[in-house]
Amino acid sequence: MRSEMRLPQLAGIVLDERAELTLAELCRACAAQAELIEELVGEGVIEPIGPEPARWRFTAVHLRRARVAVRLQRDLGLNLAGAALALQLLDELEALRAQLRVSGRG
Amino acid sequence: MEFKDYYQTMGLKRDATQDEIKRAYRILARKYHPDVSKVADAESRFKELGEAYEVLKDPEKRAAYDQLGANWKAGQDFRPPPDWKEGFEFSGGDSGGGNAADFSDFFESLYGRGSRSGAGRHASFHAQGEDRHATVLIDLEDAYTGTTRTITLRVPEVDAEGHVSVREHGLNVTIPRGIRAGQHIRLAGQGAPGIGQGKPGDLYLEVEFRPHARYRVDGRDVYLDLPIAPWEAAMGAAVKAPTPNGILELKVPADSAAGRKLRLKGRGIPGTPPGDLYVVLQIALPPADTDAAKAFYRSMGEQFKSFDARAKLGVGT
Repeated sequence: MRSEMRLPQLAGIVLDERAELTLAELCRACAAQAELIEELVGEGVIEPIGPEPARWRFTAVHLRRARVAVRLQRDLGLNLAGAALALQLLDELEALRAQLRVSGRG
Repeated sequence: MEFKDYYQTMGLKRDATQDEIKRAYRILARKYHPDVSKVADAESRFKELGEAYEVLKDPEKRAAYDQLGANWKAGQDFRPPPDWKEGFEFSGGDSGGGNAADFSDFFESLYGRGSRSGAGRHASFHAQGEDRHATVLIDLEDAYTGTTRTITLRVPEVDAEGHVSVREHGLNVTIPRGIRAGQHIRLAGQGAPGIGQGKPGDLYLEVEFRPHARYRVDGRDVYLDLPIAPWEAAMGAAVKAPTPNGILELKVPADSAAGRKLRLKGRGIPGTPPGDLYVVLQIALPPADTDAAKAFYRSMGEQFKSFDARAKLGVGT
């Protein structure tokens, strides 16, 4: 416990449904090229707020989806449409699981 | 260190073809991919799979591995023979899938680490460090009060000779009140160190709740099953209920059926707006385990002769 006391106390920024990440920040956070993010937007996997790439802003949900899409493509050899379909099915699965949880059967 | 049986990991025979290896990888990767799988140890299985595939997909690495012989068993104490790499040239390079930094000591003793070794030498090259990601598990109660979590990160470090070692790096992170599952906490400058004069990357912490024995969470709303006695349900009562931030007294309205939801506005996860707490009523029956209790249930049946519990099912009494 004492060693923990010596660590600096850090307070970060909470990312929520409000869009706060720029395209450059999202690229860095996903270790992905801007072209790939633009493709994800084109496929409708993530829908940024703002009219054009320079003014796009992304939320925590976008960050999560983009990272999953990048990993699915890299690890499972999926193309963009395949990753988009997998994400959509995962969303449906998660919604069903949430319903089960709420009704106490999950 | 422990010997790793890469063929066993992938469920393959030692004479598997490269096509069979690729197919086995794809099938197992879909099964254990942490973004897809709900298998409890999916993440570690997927890592092991990635390491096995890294070796077996590459004919050169595979040939070197095969050269160790078929007599090794997984988990056996292993030391690479001194001359084992003779005649093989590994291209190094960063591996495709997974995180090469997470490969086992066994892998590293045979093939060394990936392409990181060059980074330190090019002093004129500047780049911002990579962003890092981690998951932080908290209890629902922590979201009501805020808390502090100590995060331990494994940071690869490169020394002057290009050797990579892993150092543990601890951080105390403030988890603010009102945090919800799926939100991220971004810590500027706590990612990988920059190269040359480059700035360090950021650290993203994704928040998840530990499953709770009592409460269920949906976004900012919280659900609680509350058992009540039949007479409390029938006639109404003031009962005590636990909530993540303390015990609360609430009114059960008369004629409450099982499953009735009582909404306690603003008692969910705090925030603007705060979530709600839903109390879902459940009726607990006293057991008919004494003569007096049996007599009571019997007389209750007589009193409620016209009550048909299955009226809606249209099967008659």
